[in-house]
Amino acid sequence: MPKITYVAVDGTERSLDVPLGTSVMRGAVVNDIDGIVAQCGGNAQCATCHVYVDETTIDKLDPARQNEDDLLDFTASPRRPTSRLSCQLEVTSALDGLIVHLPERQN
Amino acid sequence: MKAGAQPSSVVIVGAGQGGYQTAASLRELGYPGRITLISAEDALPYERPPLSKAYLKGQADFEQLWLRPVTYYVRQSIDLVAGTVREIDPAARTVRLADGSEYDYGHLVLATGARPRTLDVPGAGLRGVHTLRTAQDALSLRASLAAARRTVVVGAGFIGLEFAAVARESGGEVTVVETLDRPLARAVSTRTAEHFTRLHRRMGTQMLFGRRVAALHGNSRSDVTAVELADGRRLPADLVLIGVGVTPRTELAEAAGLPVNGGITVDSRLLTGDPRISAIGDCAAFPQVRSGNLLRLESVQNAVGHARLVAERLTGVHSAYDELPWFWSDQFSTTLQIAGLAEEHDTQVVLGDDPDAFSVLLFHGRELRAVESVNRPRDHMAARRLLDRGVELSPDDATTPGFTLKAHLASRQGVSAAVR
Repeated sequence: MPKITYVAVDGTERSLDVPLGTSVMRGAVVNDIDGIVAQCGGNAQCATCHVYVDETTIDKLDPARQNEDDLLDFTASPRRPTSRLSCQLEVTSALDGLIVHLPERQN
Repeated sequence: MKAGAQPSSVVIVGAGQGGYQTAASLRELGYPGRITLISAEDALPYERPPLSKAYLKGQADFEQLWLRPVTYYVRQSIDLVAGTVREIDPAARTVRLADGSEYDYGHLVLATGARPRTLDVPGAGLRGVHTLRTAQDALSLRASLAAARRTVVVGAGFIGLEFAAVARESGGEVTVVETLDRPLARAVSTRTAEHFTRLHRRMGTQMLFGRRVAALHGNSRSDVTAVELADGRRLPADLVLIGVGVTPRTELAEAAGLPVNGGITVDSRLLTGDPRISAIGDCAAFPQVRSGNLLRLESVQNAVGHARLVAERLTGVHSAYDELPWFWSDQFSTTLQIAGLAEEHDTQVVLGDDPDAFSVLLFHGRELRAVESVNRPRDHMAARRLLDRGVELSPDDATTPGFTLKAHLASRQGVSAAVR
């Protein structure tokens, strides 16, 4: 299973094996990681599963689609070039080693 | 409990999205007391929106619907109790469960939700006739759907249409029967309703409006075989979904002597007639801040918003509930997003030339009341901000060539900050 690393605001890291086909958001929720709210349950409606992808691993991802890009303009913590919605990041083998930083606030 | 002091314990009846969120927000805000979350379903709190979408299609396991894993509740000292509440005793401040156990509360939150309405016609109890509210309902529907060849959906609301889309995608014949003359009649404008009628017809679903169901018929094994309409027409069916709305679960509140008026009546702080009892989410009728009219909404956003407000109040922050309502629905590959409420509107402006991607702006007088976006998420997000912040937008502005909600929002941000 691809390994995804979640970095909390205080710098605490947790690396988890996240099943293929699920999402980076689900990986956090199911493993009880704080800092991802995902109020709409992964339907790309709320922008409360915002993450900053670590610059060293950003190349693992395809660019955001229009819908995700639109929502990223409305995150509670500031949007940065590395901002993504974790519910839209489907876990594939290409994501192995991905590092995401959790933002200060989600709503 | 002294005025202003935190209750020593909070009991929450109902572990849907609102009940869960109350507990979660209390802990987020540092509430140190005992929290008991009572669920009528013997399962961890889960998300309901996928029940009529991905989960119904078999694209998600139940665990993927969990709002949080069991370790969360342990870590946060939230006591999850499976059981049915039989009675509330406001004088003794206790709730009693069906198994006889009792829980004392400093504050009680009723998040009892709603139950699907059923049809009051002969044959409504036949096998193969379903409603959709819980994960268990979805599971049994999923099983029936796999074998169904002909599906009839009674009611063209959100649940009915979302289910109809999934049923159609799974390959069977699908007919939707609605008593009113259009789908989503209470929720959207005629323009948007027409779009969804066209969409479902284009996908091969038969849409029948202005028709009432008179009876359901079955075979000797009590399996449903047909839906009979009031005009005598019979629609063959081996699966029937009844999606004719919900009834809020108010019985416990009524029996406890709390006021009920189309929902458990609460004030703008979401308090019932008893200062130690709140009601939130689908079961609560709350006053709209501007009009004062009682409103009952069925949405994730409403449940979560209510839950947060109650958690804030119980930890010392007092405010009136004034969140902008928003909703969404996925049908086939179309996403409908609604911001605001347009019970009243006299002017509408449509943005976008694409018949499959547009937004309808609904005005009452010169005031923007709601925006319905079909496959235009950017409009929806901008509309949420515009409406939430009370940014002025007139029908004239909206019909100016080149107008976009996002650009309008950007140009008025400075103004809006001063308004709020």
